[in-house]
Amino acid sequence: MNVKRKQRLQVILFSMTALAVALYAIFTAFEQNMNIFYPPHEVKNGLAPVGQNIRVGGMVLDGSVKRAKSDLSVSFILSDLQGNDVAVSYSGILPDLFREGQGIVAEGVLGSDGAFVANTVLAKHDENYMPPELSDLAIAADQKAVGTSLVDKSLSPNIFGD
Amino acid sequence: MIPEIGHFALVLVLALSALGFFGVFQFSQKYGLHELVAPSVVGQFVFAAIAFVCLVSSFLADDFSVEYVASHSNTLLPWYYKISAAWGGHEGSFLLWILIMTGWMTAVLAFSKDLPTAFQVSALGILCAINLGFVLFSLLTSNPFERLIPFTPNEGVDLNPLLQDFGLIVHPPMLYLGYVGLVVPFSFALAALITGEQDLRWSSWTKPWANVSWAFLTLGIALGSWWAYYELGWGGWWFWDPVENASFMPWLAATALLHSLSVTNQRGIFKNWSLLLAITAFSLSLLGAFIVRSGVLTSVHSFAVDPERGAFILAFLGLVVGGALATFAVRTRVDEFSVSYSILSKESFLLLNNGFWIFGLLIVLWGTLSPLAYEAVTGAKISVGAPFFNAFFVPLGIALLISMSPVSMLSWKRTPRSRVKEAGYLCVTFFPVVLILLLLQVIDSYTAVISLSLGFLVVVTHIYSIVERLRKKQEVTRSFVGMSVAHIGFAVCLIGIGTTSTTSVERDVRMEAQGIADIGPYEVRFLGTKEIEEVNYHATQGVFLISEKSDVFELRAEKRRYKSGGAIMTEAAIKPGLFSDMYISLGDPIDIETGVWAVRLHWKPFVRWIWVGAILMALGGLISVLRLELSRFFFWRARRPNNLKDRSDKTGLLTGS
Repeated sequence: MNVKRKQRLQVILFSMTALAVALYAIFTAFEQNMNIFYPPHEVKNGLAPVGQNIRVGGMVLDGSVKRAKSDLSVSFILSDLQGNDVAVSYSGILPDLFREGQGIVAEGVLGSDGAFVANTVLAKHDENYMPPELSDLAIAADQKAVGTSLVDKSLSPNIFGD
Repeated sequence: MIPEIGHFALVLVLALSALGFFGVFQFSQKYGLHELVAPSVVGQFVFAAIAFVCLVSSFLADDFSVEYVASHSNTLLPWYYKISAAWGGHEGSFLLWILIMTGWMTAVLAFSKDLPTAFQVSALGILCAINLGFVLFSLLTSNPFERLIPFTPNEGVDLNPLLQDFGLIVHPPMLYLGYVGLVVPFSFALAALITGEQDLRWSSWTKPWANVSWAFLTLGIALGSWWAYYELGWGGWWFWDPVENASFMPWLAATALLHSLSVTNQRGIFKNWSLLLAITAFSLSLLGAFIVRSGVLTSVHSFAVDPERGAFILAFLGLVVGGALATFAVRTRVDEFSVSYSILSKESFLLLNNGFWIFGLLIVLWGTLSPLAYEAVTGAKISVGAPFFNAFFVPLGIALLISMSPVSMLSWKRTPRSRVKEAGYLCVTFFPVVLILLLLQVIDSYTAVISLSLGFLVVVTHIYSIVERLRKKQEVTRSFVGMSVAHIGFAVCLIGIGTTSTTSVERDVRMEAQGIADIGPYEVRFLGTKEIEEVNYHATQGVFLISEKSDVFELRAEKRRYKSGGAIMTEAAIKPGLFSDMYISLGDPIDIETGVWAVRLHWKPFVRWIWVGAILMALGGLISVLRLELSRFFFWRARRPNNLKDRSDKTGLLTGS
């Protein structure tokens, strides 16, 4: 084997090893940091893991939002409007578009008592926008509750052009 | 009438780009068709500009018979937002994209007089082909001139309040200049592969274009980050949002390209790697366009979901990337000669640098696309948050700073032993000094201390190298200055990121009138709220008195409700400072009768450094090419009469030499 070939082999071996290590690190970190989305009925049926960071999405049930008098803690009920409810508690400032009857996504940890403690609450970005995690849910709810359109397809969202 | 003129102009751009595309083929040279390439490029630019002006004037005239105007404007909108609303939505922003594309094409035509005709024609032909795809996309799936006749509304829907801001005026045009600008290195790479001009000359032709588009991309991303910081009201400056990632990926590839090109340019190695990076960078731009405009991922940025658009871009992406990679695979040559260099050489460090950027790119690519892949395979929806990205980018940033600090003192091939010692002494003496200085101050974050000390080390070594060259009366080249400014900018940016993300104090508090809260060194007193009426919105303004010893100032944060559409917006109040920002935004009213509000208080040290650093980086990128390019341009102007005399070459504009 001549010197040039040997050098080339070294370079290839080195870069393959580096790539393998990099990919291993990426996949490991990915497994630890991904948040799986669960709709309310899966949470209720015990399909969502307890004690892990997950996302839960649904409609904020009318009349369920309760603010504490002394601090910023708030509690509300996320529902798929088909009888599956998840109680959520959160402490902090809610997004501008958080309202009763609207679809939101909460990120946080499910307790063994079935209560969800959110560390982040994500709302729609504008009046016409619906998080895609919720769109299936919304369409189902839409068919059930005729007249209250949750996804208005006639309007296109006006959002910004990056 | 005006929208129809715009529409027609866009159709003409399509026809001209199809005409220009013929330049790439062999037979067109035989029949002299390549002479049409230059006029077609100029024509595309002119007609794209006409189309764009037509759209803007429709906005200014409140022509709500145009669907795009009706859904993105309103009579109450001030005139400057009516202009910027032209690129406030999908269709119009894509027209801006096309305008910028044709602008770059014209620039290539104007600034590449010295290139061989075959190479220039190929490059322009490829640019025309890509523009053809863009215009086709606009006309078929996203025509901004679509009319709403006969059901013309009397009033427009209004522009999203988030976009009624200075940020919209500057951020998209700057970002697109960078995004689309990467098409030039891409077309040059393909032209080099097609014409066989893969030698050193290719890299020197490409480098200025890569530099300039990289500089615009850097500025565009920084402007977006600054806009998000002051406008979204969360106090964050980077969210690892899929669309931010969409602009960050081409930036990472372009940064790797710049470094690889400088090695190719100086030493003639990494040639194929540079070609591949040039192809990758623009492919990632297209991928970004797909992510933003197809609706597959959602974020603040996403446009209306329309499967037709997504399918078109995906097909186009496949065609362009597949074609480019196939060309690369078929035409690339493996050079037999090899160049040796030691570990302590510029080459090694630049190679290491490229490894870091590619690693960063893989992380962002995976973090952005894996939710899609995961859903396609398992049906479950997942999200990948900031912790995933931070787990990698914190060590990556540190590694980049460490490897960057000695780089200005290294030589090509092999750095002399005495020089290595010198660099070593500089690091060893400087580092403890900074560390002690920093430890005397009370900073309880290791990341902040590390980023500050490493960042300053980079600044010191680069300034030291320039001063040393001046002292020894050595030549300080423009590219050396540019490189140093960009590196210092990067260090400044990372100092900002490292410090602000670890030492910021963020508190969400419940405040009643005359209530007091502490944040960082400040004491915040809530004086109460005022109601304010503006033309297009109603606002509740929270007035805060902030004091630190003798320093007393007032901040007014607003909660706005826009009259048309009723959208609610949080307008943060910020006291900017070189060393720290005070940031207040109103949350929701907890008790309206007693005037109790949820209030977000942030104290953010060094946050400005992020954007100052980015500006320096862009400046560095521009310094190294600006004069060169201008002189070439004026040289061309001066030489023109000569060309006109030489009528044997009728290409006129295309005359190579």
